[in-house]
Amino acid sequence: MALMASSRHEVGTKSYPILIYVLVPLLALGLQSLLSLHFGFFPMIDLPLLITIYYAISKREPMSATVVGAVIGIAQDGLTHHPLGIFGIAKSVIGYVAASLGVRVDTENHATRLLLTFSFTLGQAGILFVLQRHLLGQAFAWHWVHEVIRAALNALLGVILFALLDLTRRRE
Amino acid sequence: MESFFSRYRNALVLMTVLLAQVIGLAIQVRRPGQDASDKGGVLLIRSWVVDLVSPPERLLHATGLGIRGVWMNYFDLIHVRQQNKSLQTQLDQLRLEEASLAEDARQGQRLQALMGFQEKYIYKTVAAQVIGTAGTEQSHVLLIDKGSKDGIKADLPVITPDGIVGKTRDVFDHASQVLEISDPTSGAGVIMTNTRIQGVLHGNSWGQPEIVNLSPDDRIKAGEPVVTSGGDSIYPRGLAVGTVDRTVSQPEGTLVNVLIKPAANLERLEEVLIITNTGSQMPSGMQQDLSDSQQKASDILAERLPSRADPNAPPPVVSGQTGTAAVQGAAAPSSGPDNSLPTPPPKPPPAIHADRYSTSSVQPAAEMVPGQRASGVDAPSTSETSGHVEAPATVKRPAPTVADSSVAPAKKTPARPAPAEEKSGATGASPAPENPNAQNPKPVKPKPAQPNSAQPDKSPPPITAPPSTPPQGTN
Repeated sequence: MALMASSRHEVGTKSYPILIYVLVPLLALGLQSLLSLHFGFFPMIDLPLLITIYYAISKREPMSATVVGAVIGIAQDGLTHHPLGIFGIAKSVIGYVAASLGVRVDTENHATRLLLTFSFTLGQAGILFVLQRHLLGQAFAWHWVHEVIRAALNALLGVILFALLDLTRRRE
Repeated sequence: MESFFSRYRNALVLMTVLLAQVIGLAIQVRRPGQDASDKGGVLLIRSWVVDLVSPPERLLHATGLGIRGVWMNYFDLIHVRQQNKSLQTQLDQLRLEEASLAEDARQGQRLQALMGFQEKYIYKTVAAQVIGTAGTEQSHVLLIDKGSKDGIKADLPVITPDGIVGKTRDVFDHASQVLEISDPTSGAGVIMTNTRIQGVLHGNSWGQPEIVNLSPDDRIKAGEPVVTSGGDSIYPRGLAVGTVDRTVSQPEGTLVNVLIKPAANLERLEEVLIITNTGSQMPSGMQQDLSDSQQKASDILAERLPSRADPNAPPPVVSGQTGTAAVQGAAAPSSGPDNSLPTPPPKPPPAIHADRYSTSSVQPAAEMVPGQRASGVDAPSTSETSGHVEAPATVKRPAPTVADSSVAPAKKTPARPAPAEEKSGATGASPAPENPNAQNPKPVKPKPAQPNSAQPDKSPPPITAPPSTPPQGTN
């Protein structure tokens, strides 16, 4: 199957400059906050989630992906008025699952990335729904069409963003 | 055991991270009535994130503002002069309206004082730029560039000139979070202006404000304005909230929710005002503005009205004009753009060929003497002065005493039938005979005629124009 990893090169981990690890999530958080102010549709995009997925499927280390997801998620919670940890939990799970899957599938393939991002966006929405509706007892609107459109938008943007982030990768 | 940890290391890390965050959530989520002693620690984490994110946001926002400012202030100045002129006209108009509303406001204040209400006046506001949002669909939170160093505290109302936006929530040194009224966790006391139904405003899960848990009422119609009621001790009373969009029934129970279309554009906010100080007394600046506005409004009104001392103004008309002319004169001002203004007194068109019957030959009221005939003064008929389209009666009678009609236009009064002897032989407009004793006219104050006064004949009582009541149109 073309989407599965078939060579050692495909399952190898990628490394990035340490500055990228810090700057890119910060930039994603800042842009998410700023662009949502000027573009009404932008809250449908989740740049921190895309960064989490990218690092997870690139590093292919579930442990570090979990921690990175937790840190990015908690930082994203800091911008909201929700209790800290809502996005942290969601992105920890997404990071873990993405890194675990990244070992098994060819994450360099754009189709794989599209599919993964689509699935993880839906997955995060499901986790948020469970956490907010059932754990915290807060209102959470769920509309299938809306969530599918949101996931598709994130998947399309993710493919472009992942290609750009590939450029920051350290040459082996 | 070692192999267990090494084998399930990743899963264990995940479980540990999740467990830590769930515990963190459990600590943060408080039940009502619990002490918020751990708020400082939570705020510290939030503060770190905001401190990291807000400087680049502020920089980007300032850069955008700079570019926009250069464009707006130097290149995009076409039609500014024309716009300024129209705005000046609009300002005059608004001053007039404000002056008329001020009396209503004062009356309202007196009534409120009688009823024991406490009006909240806005003493001080702080303007702030919106530099960011929460960035998610679930959280309707804004980030503004003013914090505790600027005098901002938690739970202060945030407004725009259009309406309320929300309230401050977490306040940092140089930034603050604003919880919008469209968020499900927000709340505001509101009242509908027409039906006077009060309720609590929340955001629904789709981000639209709604008044929840109302009894069904047919009087609630779309478009009804909604303002703050002041019952929440956060928002001052009377601030615009929005208009009723539609009513939706709750799935369970018989209550309804009223969806509100917010007055402020919550989707595109750039600048907001934070109300930092309110009080029950009208601030001195507002009082001064009000008195200035009333003064200017009276000046504007005086300019628009015909002046008593205006040398270029046509002579005042008390008689001799046909009813049609009066109708035209009264109808002409109302065709202008300021239909909402009080209609100025009618001005008859000047006669093309002036003669003794022309309105321009009217003697000034100050020079008239009761019982004397003034040369060139026409005797007005009752129906003309009252503004009715009616053929004037031809009578021989002295000129009646009239008030200065340049400032006191004739008020529409019910037509009175002329006495029988006046009507006899009347076929057209005929003036009153000249007064031979009008050589040395003495200025007298107009006074109402007495039925037994020394009049040469039995004429109807002189018609005095009512003071400063412009005609409301003639029919």
